[in-house]
Amino acid sequence: MINLIWLLLIVVGILVAAFRGQPEIITDTVLHAANLGVKYSFDLIGLMTFWLGIMRLGEKAGLVNILAKIIKPITKVLFPSVPPDHPAMGAILLNISANALGLGNAATPFGLKAMQELHILNNKSDEASDAMITFLAINTSCIVIVPATIIGVRVAAGSLNPTEIVGTTLFATLVGMVLALTADKLFRVFTGKG
Amino acid sequence: MLEFFINVISKWTIPILIFFIPVFAYFRGVKVYEEFIKGAEEGFKIAVNLIPYLVAMLVAIGIFRNSGAMNIVVQAIRPLLELLGIPGEILPLAIMRPLSGGGALGIATELINTYGPDSLIGRMASTMQGSSDTTFFVLTVYFGSVGISKYRHALWVGLIADFSSFFAAVYIVNKIFG
Repeated sequence: MINLIWLLLIVVGILVAAFRGQPEIITDTVLHAANLGVKYSFDLIGLMTFWLGIMRLGEKAGLVNILAKIIKPITKVLFPSVPPDHPAMGAILLNISANALGLGNAATPFGLKAMQELHILNNKSDEASDAMITFLAINTSCIVIVPATIIGVRVAAGSLNPTEIVGTTLFATLVGMVLALTADKLFRVFTGKG
Repeated sequence: MLEFFINVISKWTIPILIFFIPVFAYFRGVKVYEEFIKGAEEGFKIAVNLIPYLVAMLVAIGIFRNSGAMNIVVQAIRPLLELLGIPGEILPLAIMRPLSGGGALGIATELINTYGPDSLIGRMASTMQGSSDTTFFVLTVYFGSVGISKYRHALWVGLIADFSSFFAAVYIVNKIFG
């Protein structure tokens, strides 16, 4: 699936640029976007290094396990294939909390750590496991209590009430998450892995 | 009041975490410096391993967007959405949201500045920007970090989240502010 989408994005894009007689756009874009990929990874190095250092301290001190135990009633339902006090659960909780508080910079390292743990449980296969898909369903629907960036934009644009969208955002994000989790469950049932 | 709390949370959460975790670990007998280094080493590797996945995805999305292909898709869907009572101005943001975080924020900022942050479109754009994530990017980065190439139904689930958040945002903003 991802192979076809990737191919289509490129093929359709180049054909459109060709019809518009602007093939040079493609050349510029490739250079720019490829550099952007490297830049993003480099920007992430410092943050990843720092937060995984802190995360390891939390793990060694037993803090991650304590977190995992607190959310056990929820994770047992959402992630039946992961042992409830597995370190992956602590990382997942930290990722979701950081996202919810609008701390995107801290969220990514925790999320990638969670993926590493789930990957070990998945016997390092190259195919996504059920638990990974459920985690990403929660992550991409991205429950947000403090949409910090957009509040900043609204303040800069001179809004009279920059935080008035917190309630509507929470509603929209919850609808997205519930439907994503439902879809995830249905997909599993229909693919015979429910 | 709400603004005050949000400010406090945004400013204080990270310093408090960075204070609390090492102190707690120290008192639990963890060799804080040595263990920090061990964890940090892993972070470096994960970030560098992401490069091929990021380049592949960002190039494909960049080509699709900059060539004007995305705009054609937007123009094609627009009349359909307007039939449903959804303002067409908001559509580029909905299409961009799952593809590119920076691109979406750019469009949202432009909409907010053009129509005003307290207009219906400004509020819709704010709500949409805050309520979903860059699905393609998240999948690329998260699966890429552990070398997974078979996504199964993950992409569909992510896109369902995006589209339902989009419609929910339009609905709730119309209902509350409309």
